[in-house]
Amino acid sequence: MSKEKQNYQKVAYYPGCALEGSGHAYNRSTKAVGKALGLKLEEVRNWNCCGAMEVKNIDPKIQTYLSSRVMSIAKNEMKHDVVMAPCNGCYHNLKKAEYDLKNDPASREVVGELSRKAGHAAYEAGGLETIHALDWLKQAVGEEELGRRVKNSLSGVKVANYYGCMYTRPRHIFPEKDQGGASESTSKPHYMDDLLEAAGAVNVEFPLKTACCGGAHTLSDSDTSTRLVLNIIQAAEAAGADVIATECPTCHSGLEMHQIRAQTNFGVETRVKILYFTQLLGLALGLSPRKVGVHENVSDSMAYVREAITRR
Amino acid sequence: MTLEAIQAELETATLGADRLLRLGERILEQWLIAHGKTPTEERREGFRLLALHRQGARDDASFNACRETCRELVYHYNLLTSSPEEADAQLLQMMRFIARHLYFFVSGKLQEAGLGDFCCASRPLRRAEA
Repeated sequence: MSKEKQNYQKVAYYPGCALEGSGHAYNRSTKAVGKALGLKLEEVRNWNCCGAMEVKNIDPKIQTYLSSRVMSIAKNEMKHDVVMAPCNGCYHNLKKAEYDLKNDPASREVVGELSRKAGHAAYEAGGLETIHALDWLKQAVGEEELGRRVKNSLSGVKVANYYGCMYTRPRHIFPEKDQGGASESTSKPHYMDDLLEAAGAVNVEFPLKTACCGGAHTLSDSDTSTRLVLNIIQAAEAAGADVIATECPTCHSGLEMHQIRAQTNFGVETRVKILYFTQLLGLALGLSPRKVGVHENVSDSMAYVREAITRR
Repeated sequence: MTLEAIQAELETATLGADRLLRLGERILEQWLIAHGKTPTEERREGFRLLALHRQGARDDASFNACRETCRELVYHYNLLTSSPEEADAQLLQMMRFIARHLYFFVSGKLQEAGLGDFCCASRPLRRAEA
């Protein structure tokens, strides 16, 4: 058994705020898939916001502290070596905090001071490994075992895998990527493709898998976001996809909502369905659509899922 | 060539790989000119498009939000031109979507400079005030 496979069987789970709100289906399906595969998730106790957009925009060192507090609880209080964050924003911010704490003395000083005031041990760089849900399932289970566990193959389901930006950018905070071999690629990520293919899906050639969706500007400049998202959706459809698979609650909400907005504001109707990769994996493992939260998505994919996946 | 003219041409379905690559260069030129820079005539990895992107991203890491889009454009150009007998309409259509994405990103960023700052550059929008 590889080191990763062993280490990822039981990990600290940091859902982050989006997975308690608009991305609840991702939370539900991630937990359900983990349970079905015999993996253990222990939610970080009393976790806080990672600093996401709002805090980072005002004071990046406070964001570093907020992310470091989550890592400190997971490491120092819960004694975990690995924390898994399914949200790209949380994953990105924890990785960024790790990088800053390793490379920036000023960040270490702020984190040390705020941790002391808050009454907990300061997180020290290198103490914890932050991984994404894709790393978790890819390493803890792998394609071969996943393929053996599939009860309801996704055969015939054509998928465009959309990774968004924060899973791979900026590259310097992801030193484990681009290491050749089976490591993840920042220019052409493939972990989601690998997992869904193992579940029977057909991955279409999709060149916009990390293209900007304008997510951070979805409210301040909605038309730009809608144009970017619509282009991503239309490219996926032109590539032959029935489904766009996502691995980030912000990307997912953006795709779903701008798909609707493109129809209402620009009069452009598209038919591709937007589903979390964990929802697709859960369905392949024999879980019901409700068990993986298909009913919680903004757009209605239930009829498609029943017709194309669960009732074959 | 204005951005409006580029957009109008991108909506034409009959563009070839050569023209789509040139339009990609025109889009990046617009970005550089708007920022008071003279677009480079140099090439990087054999492509002026990649040299223009690198020039645009210098001192502005958020412009890396379109790095992979530029590289995909070049990749598709190579696929379409290195084996013309294998080039198909689907591949060309994908290249057009990639060029359109570059257009939407750059034209959006010209209106809203912060596009890509928070996420791809991991840079706070209000660093100067922090």
